[in-house]
Amino acid sequence: MLKLNGVRLFHYKNSKDAATVDLPLPPTVTIPLLQHMGVGCSPVVAVGDVVKAGQLIGDSDAAFSVPVHSSVAGTVTAITDYVASTGKVEKQVTIEVSPEQETVEGGPVTVTDQASLVAAARAAGLAGLGGAGFPTHVKLAYKDIGRVDALVVNGAECEPYITSDYREMMECPDDIIGGVELVQRCLGIKQAYIGIEDNKPDAIALLNSRLAGKEGIRVEALPSLYPQGAEKVLIYNTTGRIIEEGEIPADKGVIVMNITTIANLCRYIRTGIPLTHKRVTIDGNYVKKPMNVRVPLGTSIAYVLEFAGVPMEPARKVLMGGPMMGMAVYQLDAPIIKNNNAILLLDEREAVFPKTTACIRCGRCIDVCPMNLMPAALEKAYDRGDGERLKKLKVNLCINCGCCTFACPAKRHLAQKNQLAKALLRKK
Amino acid sequence: MNQLIVSPSPHTRSGITTRQIMLDVIIALCPALIAAFILFGYRVLIVAAVAVGSSVLIEFLCRLAMKREQTIGDLSAVVTGLLLAMNLPAGIPLWIVVFGSFIAIAVVKQLFGGIGQNFANPAITARVILLASFSGYMTARSVPEQHLGVDAIASATPLVQLAGGRETSSLLQMFLGVKSSCAVGEVSALALLIGGVYLVARRVIKPTAPLVFIAAVFVLTGLLGQNPVEQILSGGLMLGAIFMATDYATTPSTTKGKVVFALGCGVITVLIRLYGGYPEGVSFAILLMNILTPQIDKLTMKKPLGLKEEGRKAA
Repeated sequence: MLKLNGVRLFHYKNSKDAATVDLPLPPTVTIPLLQHMGVGCSPVVAVGDVVKAGQLIGDSDAAFSVPVHSSVAGTVTAITDYVASTGKVEKQVTIEVSPEQETVEGGPVTVTDQASLVAAARAAGLAGLGGAGFPTHVKLAYKDIGRVDALVVNGAECEPYITSDYREMMECPDDIIGGVELVQRCLGIKQAYIGIEDNKPDAIALLNSRLAGKEGIRVEALPSLYPQGAEKVLIYNTTGRIIEEGEIPADKGVIVMNITTIANLCRYIRTGIPLTHKRVTIDGNYVKKPMNVRVPLGTSIAYVLEFAGVPMEPARKVLMGGPMMGMAVYQLDAPIIKNNNAILLLDEREAVFPKTTACIRCGRCIDVCPMNLMPAALEKAYDRGDGERLKKLKVNLCINCGCCTFACPAKRHLAQKNQLAKALLRKK
Repeated sequence: MNQLIVSPSPHTRSGITTRQIMLDVIIALCPALIAAFILFGYRVLIVAAVAVGSSVLIEFLCRLAMKREQTIGDLSAVVTGLLLAMNLPAGIPLWIVVFGSFIAIAVVKQLFGGIGQNFANPAITARVILLASFSGYMTARSVPEQHLGVDAIASATPLVQLAGGRETSSLLQMFLGVKSSCAVGEVSALALLIGGVYLVARRVIKPTAPLVFIAAVFVLTGLLGQNPVEQILSGGLMLGAIFMATDYATTPSTTKGKVVFALGCGVITVLIRLYGGYPEGVSFAILLMNILTPQIDKLTMKKPLGLKEEGRKAA
């Protein structure tokens, strides 16, 4: 059987035993109306409005969009423009938090079939919480649902440091299993696989014990070889299916959901309260006391870090997400959004890159690429602006996992060049 | 707090560097160098020092002349110099050593753009050119008496003896180290294998090319009625297979490509040894296969995961 490539990383799961703690209410939250992949929402509240936690504050008619809810009870004090990570200008809603917290009235939600499940996922405000932010309801609304016979739940958490999904597994295993059963029932999916890297034996054992006697859900222990959590890698290592160029997983009968997303879907069905909080791991190469904090969406990074008691003096780089695929933030007042799962702080040692030198053609980038691409050849093609060659070398299949850049002894920015190359092809 | 650095992912790098890789190759060559020193005496060290020194100096001057960033810090010139020394007889005049360094570094490496850009192995090319230009010095028993270590008797390589029909060294002796060899790096299969195992263990090289190369020579010479064990222990096969057929810049990058490359090396080596005008064919074989490397690379490209076959034809 074909074995996919990857890299062995140090795991640094220092926060794995740090049980989730609730963040004290911040004085204000600033909630971006684009917290997902797709079209940003328009505000449905006005300055001066009093909102409850869980109340809808932004929505959109676009199919590829996810409604946004207030994470706190309070008063809308401002609706402003900001530049989203996509580069587009979007709206954000600032809410002054009131001391009396009130949540919208919920109550169990009834779902029976695909249509009601899709409606529930949308109403829950769910987008892929593992990092991609893909609208969950869009994924579940696949039109030829009869073809789908496998649900793959992503509990790989292959990035170093991050343990927010691990804590979900340890703290809310029944929500996870409930969510899986719900999706299986509504979509008529026979088999579900929960993929977890084998560096989390406790989580594997716990879920297995909860699954005793149940059929149709299997926990798959994955090798701890980054990037196990990459969608195509995960699908292959759980179901043995290869998603071909231009296909989405459902074309091969697979729906993939992040493990925290599916647990949140279950909680919504139980309570009727949409997504308002997110668990984030606070860690980094100089952080002494790593934590897992449950944060109201829209809270600034600075407020969370202050609570965590992390000194900011040594920080040279602050990441939302992991060191392999996370995003570097340029200001600490940036808010926590749905698909954030960690705030990592890196000091000088990790943040400042070594100098790039000439490619020595060692082939390490080829050896580690899970998609079997040739990163060094792609870089050369990009450097000379050769779109034809880039197409031929299939830069479009690059999943930007970063293995090539990580492995390169000449410290070349291979994965980064692939991203630029994709942009170049889009322009042409 | 300092200003935050913003850059695209990934934000972490492995610890491996070009210099570390080169240092590992230097370490891996030490057993063979020590074996040569034991057999041939201090002249080996002089040749090695001159080869390394002149290689580094020539690289420095080339980069200076080309107004390019200095690269001697990556230690690749040291590796080239050391490999060149391994390919020379102990008694070679030192000006020939310097000339060899010039061929390897200035002509083969720097004229094509420096590290990673050369299409042929610098040390192998230098050896072949020196062999063609100074075949007397390169193959004759030219180690002056006063430079020899105790007991050392200079004579032609076992391959020359084979061709001349004289008695050869015992196989065990050939494995441990034969005094009667031409190039100092070829003396001890054992020392070279230790270096090879070190490189594989450090993941600097993959064992594919050396194993296929040696196996090809073994099988082919066996089929053609030679003593295959003697064939793989003699000449520059171990040195070439372990240290030259695994060179990054001049050999294919994929496993399939490495197999093709090494098979080609094995076949050409045997053909030259048995039917060619020269007793030894390893250098020529590697050089010829170096030239074919871009074509092998092209034909052995990996198939991207999930690539549609019709998409491939269209592209």
